[in-house]
Amino acid sequence: MTVKELCELIEAKDMTPETDKSVEVSCGYTCDLLSWVMAHGAAGMAWVTVQTHMNVIAVASLMEMAAVIIPEGIEMEGPSLEKANDEGICVLQTGLTAYEICARLAAAGLPGKSRD
Amino acid sequence: MAIILEKSFPVEAGAYTTAGEASTTIKRTLKQLGISAEVLRHVSVACYEVELNLVIHSLGGTLTLLVDPEKVTLISKDVGPGIPDIEKAMTEGFSTASAEARTLGFGAGMGLPNMKRNATEFDIQSEVGVGTTITMSFALT
Repeated sequence: MTVKELCELIEAKDMTPETDKSVEVSCGYTCDLLSWVMAHGAAGMAWVTVQTHMNVIAVASLMEMAAVIIPEGIEMEGPSLEKANDEGICVLQTGLTAYEICARLAAAGLPGKSRD
Repeated sequence: MAIILEKSFPVEAGAYTTAGEASTTIKRTLKQLGISAEVLRHVSVACYEVELNLVIHSLGGTLTLLVDPEKVTLISKDVGPGIPDIEKAMTEGFSTASAEARTLGFGAGMGLPNMKRNATEFDIQSEVGVGTTITMSFALT
């Protein structure tokens, strides 16, 4: 699944139009504890979080994630979106809850991250 | 061993918005040197964790990157306050992070254990009232 397909699947708004949507998504994940994500994140991940500050983009970028998904219509701060565009991290905003997002990803065949 | 590259980055205490900038620059630098994706990932994770620790817990410090033909070394040196019980600090789940840090999603008590897990060699020295030095190396071969 590409980021573009992911965006359509979860009826999301692309908050970072400058980023590449042809990137392949490897797995799905949801967690709001950034220090937990640093220990368990993976490259190509589509990460659902309600956190919207700059460190979210730093984590996503360092882990080489495919996309950050913000649920329930929550707005990400402008500086975070600017940084996301600079770092090439796609941010998707959707009205769905984290639960609904993950349910759709799973139904579409996207796996969870491999357990290490 | 001949040093290929040496760079230092000052890290300010409490600077949450800029946290991760040093790690991002270090990752970019190492990528340009042609370091493998796997090593790069380990360095990036450990580097970000140690940079955040400087922001969350220290009174300020410096992050130094050293590269030689055999390994990448990261040295984090702060000016205090020092860790009273290193063994406790190394325990997964233990954290002394502030309410502010926790609101941002930090303080899960994963930082030091995650650094140790990602580094080939990990060393921590700390003295209360003086400061903490963390040295991590990542083998290139």
